[in-house]
Amino acid sequence: MEFAELIKTPRADNVVLHRPFHAAVEGTLCLTGHHLIFSSRSRDNAEELWLLHCNIDSSEKRFVGSLGTITIKCKDLRIIQLDIPGMEECLNVASSIEALSTLDSVTLMYPFFYRPMFELVEDGWCSFLPDKEFEQLSSVTDEWRLSCINRDFSVCPSYPAVVVVPKSINDEELRRVAMFRQGSRFPVLSYYHRKNGMVMMRSSQPLTGTNGRRCKEDEKLINATLRPGKRGFIIDTRSLNVAQQARAKGGGFEQEVHYPQWRRIHKGIERFNILQESLIKLVEACNDQSHNMDRWLSKLEASNWMTHVKEILTTACLAAQCIDREGASVLVHGSEGTDSTLQVTSLAQIILDPRCRTIRGFESLVVREWLQAGHPFQQRCAQSAYSNSKQKWEAPVFLLFLDCVWQILRQFPCSFEFNEQFLIMLFEHAYASQFGTFLGNNENERAKLKLPQKTMSLWSWVNRTEEMNRFKNPIYEANSLVIWPAVAPQSLQLWAGVFLRWNRPSKYLDEAQEEMVRIIKYNKELQDKVKVLRRHLAELEEDEGMREN
Amino acid sequence: QVEQVKLLDRFSTSNKSVTGTLYLTATHLLFIDSSQRETWILHHHIAAVEKLALTTSGCPLVIQCKNFRVVHFVVPRERDCHDIYNSLLQLSKPAKYEELYAFSYNPKQNESEQVKGWQLIDLAEEYKRMGVPNAYWQLSDANRDYKICETYPRELYVPRTASKPIIVGSSKFRSKGRFPVLSYYHKNKEAAICRCSQPLSGFSARCLEDEHMLQAISKANPSNRYMYVMDTRPKLNAMANRAAGKGYENEDNYSNIRFQFVGIENIHVMRSSLQKLLEVIGTRGLSVSDFLSGLETSGWLRHVKAVMDAAVFLVKAIAVESASVLVHCSDGWDRTSQVCSLGALLLDSYYRTIKGFMVLIEKDWISFGHKFSDRCGQLDGDPKEISPVFTQFLECVWNLTEQFPQAFEYNEAFLLQIHEHVHSCQFGNFLGNCQKEREELKVKEKTYSLWPFLLAEQKKYENPLYNPDGFPELTLLEPNTVAFNFKFWTSMYHQFDRSMHPRQSVFNVLMNLKEQNKQLEEHIKELEAKIRQRNGQSGDVLVKEHQQSAHPAPVALKTPPCFKKEQPPIPGNDAVRTIEGSNTADNRYSELVSEFSKAEPAVVSLEYGVARMTC
Repeated sequence: MEFAELIKTPRADNVVLHRPFHAAVEGTLCLTGHHLIFSSRSRDNAEELWLLHCNIDSSEKRFVGSLGTITIKCKDLRIIQLDIPGMEECLNVASSIEALSTLDSVTLMYPFFYRPMFELVEDGWCSFLPDKEFEQLSSVTDEWRLSCINRDFSVCPSYPAVVVVPKSINDEELRRVAMFRQGSRFPVLSYYHRKNGMVMMRSSQPLTGTNGRRCKEDEKLINATLRPGKRGFIIDTRSLNVAQQARAKGGGFEQEVHYPQWRRIHKGIERFNILQESLIKLVEACNDQSHNMDRWLSKLEASNWMTHVKEILTTACLAAQCIDREGASVLVHGSEGTDSTLQVTSLAQIILDPRCRTIRGFESLVVREWLQAGHPFQQRCAQSAYSNSKQKWEAPVFLLFLDCVWQILRQFPCSFEFNEQFLIMLFEHAYASQFGTFLGNNENERAKLKLPQKTMSLWSWVNRTEEMNRFKNPIYEANSLVIWPAVAPQSLQLWAGVFLRWNRPSKYLDEAQEEMVRIIKYNKELQDKVKVLRRHLAELEEDEGMREN
Repeated sequence: QVEQVKLLDRFSTSNKSVTGTLYLTATHLLFIDSSQRETWILHHHIAAVEKLALTTSGCPLVIQCKNFRVVHFVVPRERDCHDIYNSLLQLSKPAKYEELYAFSYNPKQNESEQVKGWQLIDLAEEYKRMGVPNAYWQLSDANRDYKICETYPRELYVPRTASKPIIVGSSKFRSKGRFPVLSYYHKNKEAAICRCSQPLSGFSARCLEDEHMLQAISKANPSNRYMYVMDTRPKLNAMANRAAGKGYENEDNYSNIRFQFVGIENIHVMRSSLQKLLEVIGTRGLSVSDFLSGLETSGWLRHVKAVMDAAVFLVKAIAVESASVLVHCSDGWDRTSQVCSLGALLLDSYYRTIKGFMVLIEKDWISFGHKFSDRCGQLDGDPKEISPVFTQFLECVWNLTEQFPQAFEYNEAFLLQIHEHVHSCQFGNFLGNCQKEREELKVKEKTYSLWPFLLAEQKKYENPLYNPDGFPELTLLEPNTVAFNFKFWTSMYHQFDRSMHPRQSVFNVLMNLKEQNKQLEEHIKELEAKIRQRNGQSGDVLVKEHQQSAHPAPVALKTPPCFKKEQPPIPGNDAVRTIEGSNTADNRYSELVSEFSKAEPAVVSLEYGVARMTC
């Protein structure tokens, strides 16, 4: 089989593992088709480290005499170092790791080989089907319908098979609108605000070009979401300049004359390599412990990461505000409508909709607004901050989204059913996973790869009680209100749980977290005990009363 | 009293405001807006008042407070504005101590309560707790009448071998007579933190008594004969001082010392650093980039880190090498106080308790003559003497509470409240510049001590995660001082800008849960007692029956009369868990929409960020 060919040395002894804030341990290194396994032999402290090859972002080897050192940098931003005695041994291990961590074919990925060791209670592939979600919507409004126009992904390859569109638009009209939007991503429903019936739609840019092409059906479609006499907002996630430049390439934006009932707002959210470079710079800054204060702050500033967080959050707040405060419907798009558009629409829902702040609701949001909406995970998350190959489609778009969610979670720590660990887990799995959920770039590709049949869904694993408990926020109290986060630079923080995770000792913080959980658990126990005692006492008193009588 | 005054939103880009009435009382400035919300500003808290150029809507008046509140009023008539301006200038900077709030503040305590309040913190007790006097250290009466050093307390601890002539000689060789004395004694290591001011060494002067003094300190430590001398100033500053006949210890003249500079900047650098920081964070529509680069150029976090690094250096000498350390700067009342107190806090768990922190401040700051009056600008005086040295110390402590969430009995609110009152001049503790001055002012008779008031509301200041068992006596804290551990302290510098804070606080939830747990424990005891009483009356047979019936526990059970009486079962539950929503109006992005919903111009370019909208 092909993996065996790639593994030149399956096992190396007397390997020393170095990790920051841990004592070095000696042990044995094993390479399998999908894992790098290190097990220490010391009796008092036996431990194993399992690392997925696909989690390895880059590896470097170095020699001092015959002692070789391999530095492995992971997509979850961890850095480990292995000292391997023997030059040949080390070279073999290094080239095996190199080969196994850069496999091209998706079908060789671990999810296709992974056999779960847990009992399957719920098949995550079926947990969030569009028609089920639509059922909820149709209980509150009948202005929308499910269209199967994209059944075989022929109209829009990056859309799911079924989409929600205004009832008054038929499939033929949809086909024409699709021709007018980049990548055929015609406007579809993203969110329905039950409080006032306003909606958020998303799409890609209209193909107006330099000569101002128009499409009557497109106008009809988006106007169909407006109440008589009301206006809507189009939030373009590009700056006006960028949007104008897009016209030269056939793209563009909605002209006032053709969309008189809509007001356009431009917000510049960065994309692609700008984000990728930002991540690389940020991680570089975080990993250097020798920086003095000035250097750290200037590196943090130069990375621009926090600026991106602020811009995305601000735009999402703006969209939410149009809907909730202005009582207006909103259309969000950038160029392709697969990146910044999704950041904005999904964050706006977290702000507006309390259901998105529950565990299942958030999973559903990720499925709807990211996976089904066609965010190209495979392209964007193939490499992380340490990669040398600078592919232009790599970008930490999803990580930025998670960072923004964390910022809101930090400001409203009681309003989310999940905790920070849940977000970190999603970050890890988006980049390297035993589950098939984040493989492929859209539903079309996932169907072709037969992922639901051949791999396990992340949700099947997360939604088991044991796992779920790890991700539950102990101080969660359902909050039905809209939550408006503060976006001033002084209110935002670096997400230490991801970016400083491997760079600082966490013992005291972890213990504090445990103490918090203990206080809450103790409170529940006491309340239960009071209930039991009261009942007991009440019965005693009742008996007494009866006896007296 | 002035009516129709507008209070502007500090960060609004569209001049949002509320209208109300401004009152000037003897002690406070009061603003009541149309929805009867009150804003009280103590005159002593006012750091600066500024009258801006007249606008169409009136005369703007900007007031900056020492607790970092900034208010921006617009007074309709210029004459009124001018009057307020002049009154505030006078009221905020009294000429005499007797005019300070503390001398008129009357909390309705009787005399014995007042006396008891002042006795709450007893420094003699504190030295006893540390383990002095002992075989090596004794109480010296040399300064009993403030004859040797006016800015030191009367009671000082020195090595037993340091005779009076040595003390007198050494004090003459030290700036302001501040000779080396004990600040903290570490029982287990038998090592001491001592403090003093710079030696008057110039380029070559030496003093045998001073050399003996240092030798006495190193001999008072049986574990390690070497001692460290930490000069907390940057080397360049210390060298410059030599030209003025001051300077630092020459290692050749002192036996067994290791000399070290740690490079904390002086009060003037700190003052302008904070000034820059405040300018940056006060900017409307501040971008992340400008915030971070402003944070960097202000140097504020760099200074905070420098203080922390110095304390870590000191603590290592004591904890790792069991060596005594002598700390000084120029006069030994600013940087020296910071480093000694922070060092002690890292070494000794006691200072991480509420009472212990009060003791620490009384000892290293108040008694050793940190010039609170000058540094906080309590009176109309030299503005160059003002410096946020104590604020910086509190910020270091806050950073430690962030790194060690379970090591401190107190919480952030405690630090903020102390900061508030250091500037409020409402209590006598921080008046004046040294103990002698406070005695002359008769603060103990004429004013009240802050500490009993803080203890009375101790619950507000408790850290719900505090775990004293995890940090028993003398547990060393070893903070990580890599730059990224130091965060901007939003709750201090934006105390009054609520919209910038998290809307829900884990801390509050936990605090309430802990309180509730206590009540529940009590309640359970009560219930158990009642049940025991009843069982005692009615014999054993019943007990079995009831225990059985108690177990299946159906949720909706009939409510017996006694059950109703004791409702709610969980006291205060509703009140403590109310969910706070938030308001778009509190946030800057809200202005985007509110602005463009008004008018319908063709192109609106917005001040905020890069937002630009075409209609």
